[in-house]
Amino acid sequence: MDKNKNDVILLKGNEAVAHAAVRCGCDGFFGYPITPQSEIIETLSELRPWETTGMVVLQAESELASINMVYAGGASGKRVMTTSSSPGVALMQEGITYMAGAEIPGLIVNVSRGGPGLGTIQPSQSDYIQATRGGGNGDYNNIVLAPWNVQEMADFVDLGFELAFKYRNPVIMLSDGVIGQMMESVRLGDYKPRKTEEEIRRLYPWAACGRTIDRRPNIFTSLDLDSGSMERRNLALQAKFQAMCDNEVRFETTDIDDCDSLIVAFGSAARIANKAMQVLRAEGVRVGLFRPITLWPFPEKEIRELSTRVKRIYCVEINAGQMIDDIRLATDNPCPIYHYGRLGGMVPTPDEIVRFIKEKECV
Amino acid sequence: MNDTPMHYCPGCSHGVVHKLIAEVIEEMGMTDRTIGISPVGCAVFAYNYLDIDWVEAAHGRAPACASALKRLWPDRLVFTYQGDGDLACIGTGETIHALNRGEHITIIFINNAIYGMTGGQMAPTTLMGMKTSTCPYGRQSDLHGFPLKITELAAQLEGTAYVTRQTVHTVAAIRKAKKAIRKAFENSIHGQGSSLVEVVSTCSAGWKMTPRQANKWLEENMVPYYPLGDLKDTTQS
Repeated sequence: MDKNKNDVILLKGNEAVAHAAVRCGCDGFFGYPITPQSEIIETLSELRPWETTGMVVLQAESELASINMVYAGGASGKRVMTTSSSPGVALMQEGITYMAGAEIPGLIVNVSRGGPGLGTIQPSQSDYIQATRGGGNGDYNNIVLAPWNVQEMADFVDLGFELAFKYRNPVIMLSDGVIGQMMESVRLGDYKPRKTEEEIRRLYPWAACGRTIDRRPNIFTSLDLDSGSMERRNLALQAKFQAMCDNEVRFETTDIDDCDSLIVAFGSAARIANKAMQVLRAEGVRVGLFRPITLWPFPEKEIRELSTRVKRIYCVEINAGQMIDDIRLATDNPCPIYHYGRLGGMVPTPDEIVRFIKEKECV
Repeated sequence: MNDTPMHYCPGCSHGVVHKLIAEVIEEMGMTDRTIGISPVGCAVFAYNYLDIDWVEAAHGRAPACASALKRLWPDRLVFTYQGDGDLACIGTGETIHALNRGEHITIIFINNAIYGMTGGQMAPTTLMGMKTSTCPYGRQSDLHGFPLKITELAAQLEGTAYVTRQTVHTVAAIRKAKKAIRKAFENSIHGQGSSLVEVVSTCSAGWKMTPRQANKWLEENMVPYYPLGDLKDTTQS
């Protein structure tokens, strides 16, 4: 394995996730092949990190098994992850809600594709609501990170783990088939060593890795048959989710200072919208781009502020209109909000977006 | 064992098996290096009784949890404790694949042929003709299929090292069952492959019997269909 620091190499987004996992001290990957993300487990199998960093890589029998491997591994204080695509992530929802309920950290990468059902292997962003509303049963949220290039797909592996352990909560990286499959140059981070048992016991005294004589057993469960106690547990979870909202909102803006209208887009749609924005600006249409990086917590305060000073908001998504609900919830003024999206694996072109916006702007 | 009153019904086998596991862990000096995976079912609260670290799995997923834990912590004793519904119905896939991968884990399988926790419904191991709340006229093959001998299935898998079927309804049987659990745990520690210890168990409440009647019924009905003894032992020289 290439151990050079800060290597800049040409990688697919999926490959970048695999390299980033090995480098960021990930202890285990558990996954099941599904298009368009199978390169992640293929790359890991090729890299053989179990011979170098000691990272476990296991092809599980299903997505259900994968996520429950992550559930148990995270409970023991290990940095563990799984990756899948939309139908597989749908299967994982059981494990994700159990992780949230038992407060177990872990990283789930969704290289999403079009649905519903088996859908298509082509890219889509139609899992936005599933990811940002929890997805499984019960009142809970995941931190959702949306990369828009290969570099961020790599960087968000480590960031995802940091956030997962900070809050003891599942973190979802919601990518899509465009970013997973496209190749770009990417700067991989330095190797971070995996945590030793001593470090895990010191940093994560909650970890279920064997009860030493000096402490009570660590027990991971989301079960509590006493409603009063279960409500208190839920309230504590809600307080944690509020802390995430207060501290973890991430976003990026481009050309918003003088803009008349605002495009809000995430992930690959933001890449395409960014190009559309450049075309529009060259033609004198002053639009800006707001890119939520955390889809949950959603940057609602920032969107609300911007909505008071722009004429129109364009929500560009590769779905039937999912993030637009969050924009509507965030804005409490009459600023018109338009959705533009393509479905079923069709990816919008910059020209389509330019035409749509020019029509609404009456240019 | 913790000093906690058990929620199990009088005559239930769970308490006995819990005690055997606790004794074996202590005798092996493994308390600080054991991680248990509890199931969904009557033993869902197993973590209240054994003074070790626990991860409670979603229904049927315990072998997947155990697989990950053992691979991430290779020197730990990792075992699952599962009932027939958890192991042989909703979690059949996880059970078969964890065993077939030869994960160095032990699965303790409590087979009482009924869903105890949810109130006595048909299990995958419910005997032909046996009455439960979802087969009130008795299990019939055309309606309900056949009782699953998953332990026999497990014995066929390359990954299993030790597959055995025990009971705990007599003192002699309890002694044998303890030896089997010890052997399975030793296999797990020494990386010998997967071990499955089925304990043909009573559910006097679910069977609507007194504990004494349940023991007798187990001997006369369960044991003939689920014969006792080692089905596979690759560790014997």
